[in-house]
Amino acid sequence: MAGVDVSDLTISFPLYHGDARSLKKTLGGVMGRQLSGRFAQDNRNRVTVQALKNVSFSLQPGERLGLIGRNGAGKTTLLRALAGIYEPVGGCVLVRGRIGTLLDTSLGMNPELSGRENIRLRGLFFGLSGKALAEVEQDVETFADLGSFMDLPLKTYSSGMGVRLSFGLATAIMPQILIMDEWFMAGDASFMQRAEQRIAGLVEGAEILVVSSHMPEVVAKWCTRLLWMEQGRVVMDGPTDEVLPAYLEAAG
Amino acid sequence: MPDGAALAIPGRLVYRAGMNRNERPEIGAAENEGLAGAGASASAVMDEPELRAALAAQGPEPVLELRPEKGLAHIIHAMRDFRQGLGLFRLGWMLGWLDIKLRYRGSMLGPFWMTISTAILVGSMGVLYATLFHIELRIYLPFLSFSLILWAYLNSTVSEGCAAFTRSAGLIHAVRMPFSVHVLRVTVRNFLTFLHSVGVIALVFVIFRIEPTLNWQIPAGLGLWAADLYAITLLMGVLGARFRDIPPVMGSVMQILFFITPVLWKPDLIYTGRQYLLFDPCYPMIEIVRGPFMGTPVRPSIWLVAVLYSIVLWVVSFLLFARMRARLAYWV
Repeated sequence: MAGVDVSDLTISFPLYHGDARSLKKTLGGVMGRQLSGRFAQDNRNRVTVQALKNVSFSLQPGERLGLIGRNGAGKTTLLRALAGIYEPVGGCVLVRGRIGTLLDTSLGMNPELSGRENIRLRGLFFGLSGKALAEVEQDVETFADLGSFMDLPLKTYSSGMGVRLSFGLATAIMPQILIMDEWFMAGDASFMQRAEQRIAGLVEGAEILVVSSHMPEVVAKWCTRLLWMEQGRVVMDGPTDEVLPAYLEAAG
Repeated sequence: MPDGAALAIPGRLVYRAGMNRNERPEIGAAENEGLAGAGASASAVMDEPELRAALAAQGPEPVLELRPEKGLAHIIHAMRDFRQGLGLFRLGWMLGWLDIKLRYRGSMLGPFWMTISTAILVGSMGVLYATLFHIELRIYLPFLSFSLILWAYLNSTVSEGCAAFTRSAGLIHAVRMPFSVHVLRVTVRNFLTFLHSVGVIALVFVIFRIEPTLNWQIPAGLGLWAADLYAITLLMGVLGARFRDIPPVMGSVMQILFFITPVLWKPDLIYTGRQYLLFDPCYPMIEIVRGPFMGTPVRPSIWLVAVLYSIVLWVVSFLLFARMRARLAYWV
């Protein structure tokens, strides 16, 4: 059974640029009080940026969680932590189930390789070969509908084609937990509709969806639960129709 | 019908619309029929029996449990990283192979350019230095070609190793993958680059009738060499991810080592104090491969020092990697 458990998760990035002491002075002085709250010092006297602080929540199968908040609220960092890319500095992340990720705009693909080659690489990553890999390839090809672009390098694709390919690929391996960042939501209307159908069609896959967005209409449509984040902390956690009005009121 | 797809997503919206989750599959099916013209049937994930079977064969669903590492956990997790990386050997190999393949897209002669330039370098330097050092070309040229090509292999391992993780930053930030896969990728890429020059060595060996010593030394030397190159890539990768000054620093270090190590000159040119040569870690490393292949005897002291250096290299690289593995994604 897929599940996500995050308790007291803290993530901070060390800043190595230049002299730590002058950096501290700059951050304390110029950037003002509000922002400097996110900078801290670790035990070795380095300046760190607090990306996430004491974030806790857990997800049951079937839940579709939306992360909402302004730019820099820590949404992408939280997604990456869930995907196991950033290991926690404090607290714990427990994820049960196969994870599908749509995080980076580069999609983790090689722009010089063709769509087909990128699919094969991802297949190898999941330990697939032979017929299973052929099925994935066929499925992605049908969904992405790229025609002869399948055999051209990714760098010749329009951004929409790239999104179709990566979304098709991330869902074709039948993930139990699908983690998506907001850039993906930039697709056009007809793509969004097909994407919704595809996620709905993942009967035993994508039992849990985690998606970040700053667009209220997207989360209202996609999510059953919202996590409102501000400055790396959770401000509010609850059903979409409770959190969203509160968020919009605060933002507006 | 336009909003119908949204209804198929279970949860609050569905609930509001007065349906329950049990109805979902039928709604989905109806959608597919209704929107067939709009390509709806193409959007659903296809039935993939083989994929299902392949995924089921991989055992129970994966569990990812991450918390800050303490003490032995560093070592255990680093070992796990290596084990999983070994399981993804084909992926690492493929990534390295594609790197090489991509290098030649759009080139006419492709990989042969490298072979040709190596041959030209070795040929011209061989003739020049044999004259300068007053050594017979028949003896010097095979030595030089083998040494130069081995050195180029070592040098590219160090310089490419520095970028092992930074160059894979996109992949590291996109999906969780054992870090040893990225190291393997660079190792494979360097090995394939080296293979380009093997033809030159073979040609020189045939022309000058060089006979390798066929005993345990060849596999032992190659094995140690391969293990060392992997460790160097790992070490340089971690250092290069944290300190961006490492590539130029290592460039200078390798430049100095190139002149200290007997690459251009034969080690028997030094008579007094040749034991000091062993302080240069590159010398025993190169000699244990070069000696057996060139058919010249390798002193036991060289073997001993080579093994010692390799152990130190591996211990240092592994411990550093184990300590810093969890931080790598933050750095790149």
